[in-house]
This record gives sequence, C-alpha cells and structure tokens, in this order.
Amino acid sequence: MAGTALQRRLIWRTAEVVDLIDETPRARSLALAVPGWPGQLAGQHVDVRLTAEDGYQAERSYSIASAPAGELLTLTVERLDDGEVSPYLAGELRAGDKLELRGPIGGYFVWEVALGGPLLLVAGGSGICPLMAMLRLRQAAAGAIPTRLLYSSRSLQDVIFRDELDRLVATGSGLEVIHTLTRSVPEGWPGLHRRIDTAMLSAIAWPPAERPLIFICGPTPLVESAAGSLVNLGHEPARIKTERFGPTGG
Amino acid sequence: MTEQELRLDGNAAAGLFQELFVHELTTARGACAACGSVGAIGAQHLYMSPRSPGAVLRCSACEAVLMVIVRAGGRFRLGLQGLVWIEMQDVDTAS
Repeated sequence: MAGTALQRRLIWRTAEVVDLIDETPRARSLALAVPGWPGQLAGQHVDVRLTAEDGYQAERSYSIASAPAGELLTLTVERLDDGEVSPYLAGELRAGDKLELRGPIGGYFVWEVALGGPLLLVAGGSGICPLMAMLRLRQAAAGAIPTRLLYSSRSLQDVIFRDELDRLVATGSGLEVIHTLTRSVPEGWPGLHRRIDTAMLSAIAWPPAERPLIFICGPTPLVESAAGSLVNLGHEPARIKTERFGPTGG
Repeated sequence: MTEQELRLDGNAAAGLFQELFVHELTTARGACAACGSVGAIGAQHLYMSPRSPGAVLRCSACEAVLMVIVRAGGRFRLGLQGLVWIEMQDVDTAS
C-alpha cells in the first residue's frame, strides 16, 4: 500500500515545449516532452502551473489531447482574451520554454478500448480535446468501434482538429463526425447551423436501447443542456459522462 | 456569474483528491445523506474556482452539500457532512 501511495502521489514535473501548432486563430496545441511521465488514459487531464517573477502562481487544468501511446503530451489551449493563463500558453510560449505540470489526473471521464461502444461524443469548442484523445486511441486500436462525434463550434475556422477529423472519417473505421456551427457559416454550408438541441441529439444518437456510452465536454451550459436532453430521450444517466469547463478564468 | 456558470463536475476535483487519498476518488461511489441518491463522486456537482481556497461538492440529484475541502494555512480540512458512505475499489484486489 505504501508503494502504491508513493507511486500515486502527484508531483510537479518540468515539461519542455517541443512544438507549437496553431489549430485555429484562437487555439494552439503545445507538444510537450515530460521526463518521467508515467503515461495516461484517454480523457485524463493535467494541472499546469505558472509562476510569476514575484512568486505569484496561477494553476489551470487542461485535458490531454494526444493518444495514450504518444511520445509527446499534447495540450490544446484556447486563448481567452481576458484570461490569466491561456494568453501566455496560446500566445507567448515558445519552443524550448519550460512549463510546470502534474498528472495524469482523473479516472472518471475516461474511455478505454475495453469499454467498447457504440460511442457518442459531444463536444463544444475546445471540449473536443479529451474526446480527441479517445478518437486517437480508438483509431490506433484494432477493430472498428461505431462512433459518432457531434461537434459544436462558433464557425468553420474555429473547428479544432478539422483536417484530422476529416482524415479519421475517411479511413472508413466507423467514425461519423457531425459539425454544427452556432454563429457564422460559410456560403452554401450544407450542415447544421444552430446550438445543440434535443432534436439534433435525437437524430444523431443511437437509440437508447443500443446503450451508447456517452461523453460530453464543453462549456457548462452546453454540457448540461445536452446531458439533460439525452436523459429525456431515455439514455441511462450512468452511461453519460460529462466534463464541464466552468469559469476556469482561462 | 450565474450558479450554472460556476458549476463543474466532481471529476474536476480529481487532482485535489489525489493530494489527499491513495484511491482515485472520482470513480468511488457515495450516498447522499439528504436524499439517499447513490452515484459516482465524479458525477456530482463541484463548485471550485481558481482563486478560491476550497471546493464544495454537492449532490447532482438534490444539490445538498456532500463534501467541503478547504486548503489554507498549510492544512487541508475535509468536511464529509453530506455523505453516508463512500465505496471504492480495494486496490489490493484490483486487476
């Protein structure tokens, strides 16, 4: 037991920024090398800590977007203009910079291949990140687990991982991605153009009798509205897992 | 800020719990003393903001307070007033 306790103790580690990838005008992926990293499950998060010269510290949680097997840990950060941490992470940070982080954290909002499917993923904005880790894991695993992703973004240019999602769909592994855009749409946009609602979920989700495993991540109002709709449609609350952003302060 | 905007999932407290417990507490089940609902800790409602000294876990069925965690002055205080019991995986028998 003592050994277990020691292994499980969360420690702050120093990560080095290896690469920065601009995903959208407001979201940037940080690829990090973390010496001694014990590995993670799809859906887990890390705490990132920044320390100012005067000793003031700010801490935020970010979901891990990379697949568990990846060598680098990827966090995708959306820049909130009035935020305290995200403008630095998604703006000023440069390759070679160091960051303090600890994790992996959380065992509840987690998907493993053995949990199977069908899998219904619902994302709002950068809520795609932990779900992307699940999709990347699913793709790397043998066998096609039927999966549908309903992804709400403000506009097409705000869709994070758009090209990779298109590629994953094109592999024909049983993944369907349905985008809905809540603000501007490109001319001739054939897809959905409204917030996620009950009618949309009813059309996209498997019937409750097929007992899909459901993961929802995004801003709190979106998460609560989608989870409520799915329960009303007859899905088992115990098969619906949610992760709300809340007022993280960015 | 509205109450809804402030609300998180219990799983957001996983890091805080990991500083206190050997077990992964967000996957543990607990019973609400107020309404008797049983559910995963990670599925309850959490109120915690970056600058607050603590976190309050409330029942997702009746919103009664289950647990209060305060970190201040070099100590943690854990209040468990709203939980009748918590049940978790015995790590010695876990596969």
